[in-house]
Amino acid sequence: MSITKEEVLHVAHLARLEFSEEEIDLFTAQLAQILDYVNKLNELDTREVEPTYHALNLTNVFREDQVKPSLPTDKALQNAPERENGFFVVPKVIK
Amino acid sequence: MEWHRLSILELRKYLWAGEVSSYALTEYFLKRIEDLDPKIKAYITVTPELALQMAQRADALLKEGKRYPLLGIPLAIKDNICTDGVRTTCASKILEDFVPPYDATVVERLKGAGAVFLGKTNLDEFAMGSSTENSAFFPTHNPWDLERVPGGSSGGSAAAVAAGLCAGALGSDTGGSIRQPASFCGCVGLKPTYGRVSRYGLVAFASSLDQIGPLSKTVADAALLLEVISGADPQDSTCAPQPVPPYLEGLEKSLKGLKVGVPKENMGEGLADGVREALENALKILADLGLEIKEISLPHAPYAIAAYYIIAPAEASSNLARYDGVKYGLRIEGKDLIDMYKKTRSQGFGPEVKRRIMIGTYALSSGYYEAYYKKASQVRTLIAEDYARAFKEVDFIVGPVAPTTAFKIGERITDPLQMYLSDIYTISINLAGIVGLSLPCAFTDDGLPVGLQILGPHFGEEKVLALGHQFEKAAGLTSKQPEL
Repeated sequence: MSITKEEVLHVAHLARLEFSEEEIDLFTAQLAQILDYVNKLNELDTREVEPTYHALNLTNVFREDQVKPSLPTDKALQNAPERENGFFVVPKVIK
Repeated sequence: MEWHRLSILELRKYLWAGEVSSYALTEYFLKRIEDLDPKIKAYITVTPELALQMAQRADALLKEGKRYPLLGIPLAIKDNICTDGVRTTCASKILEDFVPPYDATVVERLKGAGAVFLGKTNLDEFAMGSSTENSAFFPTHNPWDLERVPGGSSGGSAAAVAAGLCAGALGSDTGGSIRQPASFCGCVGLKPTYGRVSRYGLVAFASSLDQIGPLSKTVADAALLLEVISGADPQDSTCAPQPVPPYLEGLEKSLKGLKVGVPKENMGEGLADGVREALENALKILADLGLEIKEISLPHAPYAIAAYYIIAPAEASSNLARYDGVKYGLRIEGKDLIDMYKKTRSQGFGPEVKRRIMIGTYALSSGYYEAYYKKASQVRTLIAEDYARAFKEVDFIVGPVAPTTAFKIGERITDPLQMYLSDIYTISINLAGIVGLSLPCAFTDDGLPVGLQILGPHFGEEKVLALGHQFEKAAGLTSKQPEL
């Protein structure tokens, strides 16, 4: 197995996801299967190869720094589950 | 008149000649949706009032003598493309009630060209999938055989085009999500060069791979739609500054003597019998059109799926971090902030989305980044170099879109890896950022469409569309439409 149940639990926490016991078992098996497949990348020697993070060679796309109209606050917040006085409302963070 | 059998260009002639109004056309398509979509389930949201308002406005402009490229044409939009004031769900529970406060650039451009919007089409949740079965709401059915999938992730758009529930549609393609459903549904689908079309307002899945493109009945319609939606956009810095050529005018350009490469890796095992015959026949048609067919090799093609299923989930895990129950979408209360995040995301995302977030998070996590993400990005370079080398020798590359025709609903959904492997012929195109066109090349004995894929280099849309158009005329399949 290329990934353990403990690792899956750790990754789930990093991804802010939680799973039932059954889901964890299924995911561990499925992720292991996918990672085993992906390991075929190691057949290739890439020591001298530059990585590609973007398909086109576009770099430093600049524009003038001008003030332009933007979404009004109420429109920008209209989809927030909870809002108050032009702010997003979140659960208490500082204990 | 059976308006749904006509292409956009044909409908435009009737509209321009005043022989039909956009209002009548829009009513016609809305009626078809009402009658037939309960069987197909192509749409998540239908917007009849808005559509008829847009049609009325189009009719007024037509009367004034305006001739915008899509004036009065009823279209459908994939539901991961933001539409101002119209719910955009990404087929996810987490965005079930999300109403964007702005239009995607492509939507703004279609509006500027006079188009009418019928509604928003179904997809695999967040465009992750190859069958539209991953929609959180319902699966879409293939108009050629209702027991089969339409492909995915733009399955709703492809099914809507094929079933005549719109005149044309937009989809998005991250690993084949326009081309494979086009192939399964017997319509035309184009994945433009990365950066050809603005992604502003496309809900991000994998930002270095995502690209919006048209689905249509004919290649000429795809050319027309592409002309409208392409071009630089100050809202998307990855959108390319290259000028947009008049794609429609270039369709008849002579292609005699140009070279077509057929990768031997793509014609090997794994190809279903009906598909292989269809392709062999397509190569004969291309030869008859005066093109020179040549075998080529893309040695790293077998590694494309492995590289993709690291890169795309890695980007997705980062992009989907924004669904935190704070800014928009679902919120499930928890005992503290972290618990609220976890409950919201766990109840809001479906299994495939969670699977990809997990793969991506793992691949980017401390200690694994080099082994997975960097390695996959290096292999991406090798894949892109294969294509660059090939395009020095040949003008086009052709091959299959998918190894099989449309499969049965439920057949592959329990085995994620098998589902991923069915993307083998489309995925490397996104990694390399090049152009890919899918168009029907045959029907199998059981009446299912088979797609042909035509590839061109970066910004090779003009020639790819010309070859597609000329192939389409020679193959003569455009008039074949499903009986519903």
